[in-house]
Amino acid sequence: MADRTADRTAGQEGEHTLDTAFFIRWLTTAAQAVEREADRLTELDSAIGDADHGSNLQRGFRAVTAALAQEPPGSPGAVLALAGKRLISTVGGASGPLYGTLLRRTGKALGDAPEVSPAQLAEALRVGVAAVAQLGGAKAGDKTMLDALEPAVGALGASYATFAEAAGAAGDGALATVPLQARKGRASYLGERSIGHQDPGATSSALLITALADAAGAARASAREDGSR
Amino acid sequence: MSVEAPVGIVLVSHSGPVATAVAELARGLAGGGHTAPVAAAGGTRDGGLGTSSDLIVAAAGQVDRGAGVAILVDLGSALLTVKALLAEGDELPEGARLVDAPFLEGAVAALVTASAGGDLDAVEAAASEAYRYRKE
Repeated sequence: MADRTADRTAGQEGEHTLDTAFFIRWLTTAAQAVEREADRLTELDSAIGDADHGSNLQRGFRAVTAALAQEPPGSPGAVLALAGKRLISTVGGASGPLYGTLLRRTGKALGDAPEVSPAQLAEALRVGVAAVAQLGGAKAGDKTMLDALEPAVGALGASYATFAEAAGAAGDGALATVPLQARKGRASYLGERSIGHQDPGATSSALLITALADAAGAARASAREDGSR
Repeated sequence: MSVEAPVGIVLVSHSGPVATAVAELARGLAGGGHTAPVAAAGGTRDGGLGTSSDLIVAAAGQVDRGAGVAILVDLGSALLTVKALLAEGDELPEGARLVDAPFLEGAVAALVTASAGGDLDAVEAAASEAYRYRKE
C-alpha cells in the first residue's frame, strides 16, 4: 500500500503472467490469513451469526492446502477448481458453497491455460463473483461477501498495481458493512440489531483479495530479482 | 402398484437427528410398509450442526433409481450447498432437483406422492403445495 507509485510503474512495464505456482501461493497465503484471523472472524460472527465463520473457514482452507500439497494441479484453473471443491465439501456452513462457487467458477472461466494474464484473472473473478451473487441471491448493500468482492473486482485491471487497489477496495468494502442492515442469511433475522457490526463474510472476502495482492507482490519482487541478474 | 422406478427423496438438514427423524416420520405417515426410497443427509460428517456435501451426494446416490431425486432442505447452508452442487452438475445423479417446500410437511407430501408412483414433477408439486397447509 505504501508503495503504490512503484507498483503502478512495475505493472505497466511488466507483461508478467500468472502461473500455477502463483495460484497455489495465493491460496496458501489466504489459508495463512485465515489461520491468523480465525478468532476475529468467529468473534464478528458471534455478534450477528452463529459464531463459526472462523473455524469453518479454517477447516476449509486447511483441506485446500492439504489437497494442493498432495496432488498439485496442472493449471491455474485446476488449482481454483480443486480448492473450490474442497471448500464446498469441508466448510459445513454457507461460506463453503459461496467461496467454493467463487473459486470453481473463476477456475472454470480460466479454462486449462497454463498461464493467465492479470486481465484474464480479473475477468474470470468477475464471472466468479457474479456466480456468488446468483447463488446467494444477494446484491451490493445487503451486508454480505459481495460488499467486499464487488468493489474488489471493480478495481481489478490489467496490471499488478490494480491487485493492491482491489485489496484496498475489498477492505474498505468490508468496513463499510458496519452501518448496513443485513438482508441475507442468519444475520437478517436480527433486523436492525445487525446494524453496527462488521460482516464476517465481507471481512473474510477482503482477506482472500488481500492474499491475492500479497501473492502478486511476491511474484513481482522475484521477477525484479530475475531481471536484475 | 406402479412398475416404474420410484422417485428418490433426500432430506438435508443442519442437524443429523432432525433429518433422520423427519425421514422416519415421513416413512411412518406414508405407511403401507412399501415406500419410495428416502435418505437423510443431516449435519456435518463429524456429527456437528451444518451441511456436508459429501453426505448429500451419498444420500442422493443411495435413493436414485433412475426416476429423479427430489431434494428438500431446511435453511441457509443446506440450501446453498445443494444449489452449488446442482450448478456444478457433476456429483449429483442425473435428474436430481431442489424442491422448494417446507421441510417436514414437504417431506411427508413428497414421500407419499413418490410412494404412490408419482413422477418427479408430481413429487415436486405435492411438496411445494405443502406451503399452503394452514394451521389455524
